[in-house]
Amino acid sequence: MNAKEITVNQQDPEKVNNITNKPESLLKIGVEKFFKNKLSVLGGITIIIVVGMAVFAPWIAPFDPAKQDLLNTLAPPSMEHFLGTDELGRDVFSRLLYGARVSLLVSFTAVIGMKTIGVVIGASAGYFGKVVDSILMRFVDVIISFPQIFLLITMLAVLEPGLKTLIIVFILFSWTGTARLVRGEFLSLRNREFVLAARTMGLKTSRIMFRHILPNAMGPIIVSATLSVGGVILSEAGLSFLGLGIQPPTPSWGNMLQAAQDFNIMVNAWWYPIFPGLMILITVLAFNFVGDGLRDAFDPRDK
Amino acid sequence: MITYIIRRCLLTIPVLVGISMVSFGIVQLAPGEPTALFIDPEISAEDREAYLEHYGLNDPIPVQYVKWMGQILQGNLGYSLINQGMTVQEMILARLPNTLLLMIVSAIIAFAIAIPIGVYSATKPYTLKDYTFTTFSFLGVATPNFWIGLLAVTFLSVQFGWFPTGGVATLNEPFSIFDRLHHLILPAVVLGTSDMASLTRYSRTSMLDVLDQDYIRTARAKGFKQGKVVYKHGLRNGLIPVITMTGLMLPNFIGGSVIIEKVFNWPGIGLLFIDATFQRDYPLIMGLVMVSALLVVVGNLLADILYAIFDPRIEY
Repeated sequence: MNAKEITVNQQDPEKVNNITNKPESLLKIGVEKFFKNKLSVLGGITIIIVVGMAVFAPWIAPFDPAKQDLLNTLAPPSMEHFLGTDELGRDVFSRLLYGARVSLLVSFTAVIGMKTIGVVIGASAGYFGKVVDSILMRFVDVIISFPQIFLLITMLAVLEPGLKTLIIVFILFSWTGTARLVRGEFLSLRNREFVLAARTMGLKTSRIMFRHILPNAMGPIIVSATLSVGGVILSEAGLSFLGLGIQPPTPSWGNMLQAAQDFNIMVNAWWYPIFPGLMILITVLAFNFVGDGLRDAFDPRDK
Repeated sequence: MITYIIRRCLLTIPVLVGISMVSFGIVQLAPGEPTALFIDPEISAEDREAYLEHYGLNDPIPVQYVKWMGQILQGNLGYSLINQGMTVQEMILARLPNTLLLMIVSAIIAFAIAIPIGVYSATKPYTLKDYTFTTFSFLGVATPNFWIGLLAVTFLSVQFGWFPTGGVATLNEPFSIFDRLHHLILPAVVLGTSDMASLTRYSRTSMLDVLDQDYIRTARAKGFKQGKVVYKHGLRNGLIPVITMTGLMLPNFIGGSVIIEKVFNWPGIGLLFIDATFQRDYPLIMGLVMVSALLVVVGNLLADILYAIFDPRIEY
């Protein structure tokens, strides 16, 4: 440090602070970058609104989502029913609100479950390497070879379809991507100095894996979790649409579309399929925007 | 090269064995006895026992698996429980051409639209057109295929009457290419939408990378026209990663066809699979699950081999 800088520092107490304080943390830089990205902020706001709709559904919904009105079926959108009524005269807007509960519950629980399994398996494969790695990764190769929907549908046919089954089946067959991702991260991290240091200190293997290495791999995991939420919402909608997911009368965005296959609806109530699909599209888009924003924010390669 | 291809083929064997085990194992979880449809519930316990013994249903599960596998290797996937007298392979082979036709046409449409758009966006990045295309590809990835299908049938077929509502051909009419295409076009476009969208983004990124390379600068410095630089020097290299992408898209295509075939009532293996699940036709389910995985494995194998052929920079 040359004399000139020292004099500058002495004159300006704020700058002295800047030097003595810790440098800006990566987290802070990331958060700032995230908030500069308009699309991801928009996505974040949308997610908050959708979560709010789900949580406060009983208070927001103008009607009981199960209340039938057989004299007023397939009504077009009106002042009373914003988005019209379905084939049993139930209020579509109220059912969409309650459907948000199901979609978010399934996707959040399933994503947490599959990421946990994926992290444990990927971490073990990456950290231990050799035989453990080969066995686990061959297993992943096998699961990845099935088009996922075939496995999901088979399991749902074998077990009783419903909310719990749906979540379990998603967890069972969707952890493979995370496992590969985490394995890759662990492979590149396990020989770094801090891991060596931790090992020299005699720490337990599980502690090294999950307290020392894992935090360094959290970025990509969080990004993939955010993107997976959107993926699970899409799959849940598809399975419920086929009648294998959430069972009526519980409303879900997918099973509301199941009714739209009816010729009568196609002829006389063309507006009906638009709304549940839009909800899916908007929600998935929001999670994708946030996921992409997080990826850019925490990618150290571009500043 | 040859050794690489042989090694790559050998590597699929354990995966194939794993696939057969998973397909076999999943159905073992099914409640109820497989015999319920065959054995008269009135018969005595001893007769029943003799029946189970005769058909090997008392064997331990690994033994049953090996016997089943032996039959599979001889090309026998078993008998359908619902359509008595039909073998699973007959039923699948009858439907497979429809699915393959749908998938191939759909892939051709997706590539024909996505790659030019991706390349165009890469040559004019961060312009209004580029942003428009990017927005569409975001929408395409986030939209449920089956919803687009439903809207297409509701509006284009039912409301406007431009397309048939489903099926492969008009019933009771002689074969005509035009009629077949008329039925094919909607499901093929809809099946390809999400992959079209991700392919656009992928080829854009890949081309952007390539156009930034030194050899492209060299080509430009030599005074080649923009068109020649982009399409001759750039495209050839930019499309190599797209081959891998195609391999990765395959499960999506096969999986997506299940729902799309349902929406458009397209009699392929996807619709057969849905019918099989609702009727609990376990041998047929097992067969279809295996065939779907087999298609993916073969597709990925081809993609890897093509990759090795098209990218001479990589030595094996």
